[in-house]
Amino acid sequence: MTVTEDYIDASGGDWDDVIEKAQATSAERLVVNMGPQHPSTHGVLRLILTLDGETCTEARVGIGYLHTGIEKNLEYRTWTQGTTFVTRMDYLTPLFNETAYCLAVENLLDITDRVPERANVIRVMMMELNRMASHFVAMATFGMELGATTVMTNGFREREMILDIFELVTGLRMNHAYIRPGGVSQDLPPGTVGKVRELLKEMPKRIGTMRKLLDENPVYLARTRDVAHLSLSGCMALGITGPLLRASGLAWDLRKAKPYCGYEDYEFDVPVSDGGDVYARYRVRMAEMEESLKIVEQCLDRLRPGPVMIKDAKIGWPAKLALGPDGLGNSPDHIAHIMSGSMEALIHHFKLVTEGFRVPAGQAYAAVESAKGELGCYAVSDGGTRPYRVHFRDPSFTHLQAVAAMCEGGTVADVIAAVASIDPVMGGVDR
Amino acid sequence: MSTDNERERDEEAANLPEKQGRERLAAPVRRTGMFGATTTGDTSGFGGLQVRGSAPAHSQRPFTDPDDPRTADFDRVADDLEAALGEDAGAVERVEAARGELTFHVRREALLELVRVLRDDPSLRYELCTGVAGVHFPDDAGRELHAVYHFRSLTHNSEIRVTTTCPDADPHVPSIVSVYPTNDWHEREAWDFFGLVFDGHPALTRIQMPDDWHGHPQRKDYPLGGIPVEYRGATVPPPDERRSYQ
Repeated sequence: MTVTEDYIDASGGDWDDVIEKAQATSAERLVVNMGPQHPSTHGVLRLILTLDGETCTEARVGIGYLHTGIEKNLEYRTWTQGTTFVTRMDYLTPLFNETAYCLAVENLLDITDRVPERANVIRVMMMELNRMASHFVAMATFGMELGATTVMTNGFREREMILDIFELVTGLRMNHAYIRPGGVSQDLPPGTVGKVRELLKEMPKRIGTMRKLLDENPVYLARTRDVAHLSLSGCMALGITGPLLRASGLAWDLRKAKPYCGYEDYEFDVPVSDGGDVYARYRVRMAEMEESLKIVEQCLDRLRPGPVMIKDAKIGWPAKLALGPDGLGNSPDHIAHIMSGSMEALIHHFKLVTEGFRVPAGQAYAAVESAKGELGCYAVSDGGTRPYRVHFRDPSFTHLQAVAAMCEGGTVADVIAAVASIDPVMGGVDR
Repeated sequence: MSTDNERERDEEAANLPEKQGRERLAAPVRRTGMFGATTTGDTSGFGGLQVRGSAPAHSQRPFTDPDDPRTADFDRVADDLEAALGEDAGAVERVEAARGELTFHVRREALLELVRVLRDDPSLRYELCTGVAGVHFPDDAGRELHAVYHFRSLTHNSEIRVTTTCPDADPHVPSIVSVYPTNDWHEREAWDFFGLVFDGHPALTRIQMPDDWHGHPQRKDYPLGGIPVEYRGATVPPPDERRSYQ
């Protein structure tokens, strides 16, 4: 590579001058800013690539374009309100964010064992559906970035089935704030089980279609086989978990290793591949979706009538939500009770909603196996009604560090495939 | 038999109300009052309330609680770490076993050597570091900034927390990137948000905030902005100055 003192600033000015100067020099090295507004960078990721012809010799990552200060914001909200914020971090895995946060808060409150069984089953079911939705988006955007728009439209169409269920259960397609410390915000509405059964019947076909499209597709294989290879030791050094680690040959899954929410009671396999390349990651994600279907089916069988929020009036919200003519809100019965029946109930409701509950001083770390890897929530309490500090260890944030290891020495086109196989979501990376 | 009696006596002595009362009064006052009002407006009688924080927890062996399966390997880990550290065992200031989690509070000078042992010693093998989180305790004089690390051993399926502290006046902590490369960005984030300087980090620059940003926004003393309202020059006060339940 010729090292030259010349440099050409292509960030403004007359384009003719740039071309003239570029033609005058013999330098082959080119530093390109890919993003933060590039369509194939999953939002606002900025890649700083040094190119020597078609080869990427250096790949650096710039993040922070979507930093919204969620961790700081949490410190001025009650513990319950926190779920509304954390759900917006990695917006493709909202239910994992909520669960990680709630598990940490529940550990601080020492109520982990008192979360009702039904709430845990619902949590597992929602998380597994969310895993599938996230994997569908991973594959859809990947297809789009490689120019396979059918994969994109199929992926988003399949995901829509899951989002319909989310909308039915939580009222929202994204940003649910559904899982709360002590349980979940409301029980499954009538018709949910039927709708999930429908999905269980339909989804294997849809996944099969996706597999037919991609598994043996020569173009897809050419773009993904032996691309962005990362060995197991590389994964360990870079702190990589989730599908990326399992695609490098280690069957490590927190659902098996450190079960939470009752995962030890479900039967499922941990898909693993030793390819270590983009294709292996695709295969692992595909197989994980099939395992998720198994878990969701077991969830439906395990659903027993019962409460979905802890039976502790100091923590569980007193209100029962109900669907009225103007949308979801407090049930008329509850309003009648607190407004004209019991003044104590009104005081209790008011105190719990405005002031919130106190959480004993201390610290807790809860980790869940999110669709992307180990999602950790470290919560510190000073004994007050608000978090003293909450830190999220987002898998996308950690995984983006591997871009240099995956891309350097490859071609520019493979950079796209490498980043897409990491499946970063900038909402989670920047928080 | 006699040792059992002695231990019981020690435990009783530790739980005497007088001693507990003294410890309680020695703990720092976390807040006063109840409803956030500082003027005479609060006529509830709770204005003089003083709520104290807890003294730093210091667990005694055994760390393993036979009734709590989450703590099963705590004694084993503590023994192995002590053995692996050898004469450097003084690096660990105190150990805290609470809520099924094991925390080692470590002097910052010894942090790098300790994490090397954590990763390399065959009986420990904490292969995975899940990053560092900064925490700011402005009232904890001399130990205002905390750096909290979580380690996970895939070999032994075990999880521990390591905490080190440094004063605001000298916010230096050794970088562990040389042992755990994954901590590169995590340390940059802690520097960005808390001003923790990780000595030995290959390129400690801001990561989330813009490069020319002043201050470290997640510190408790970072000034928060109010929101101007288009009504007779009014502003919504910043969240930490609003009247609220505490």
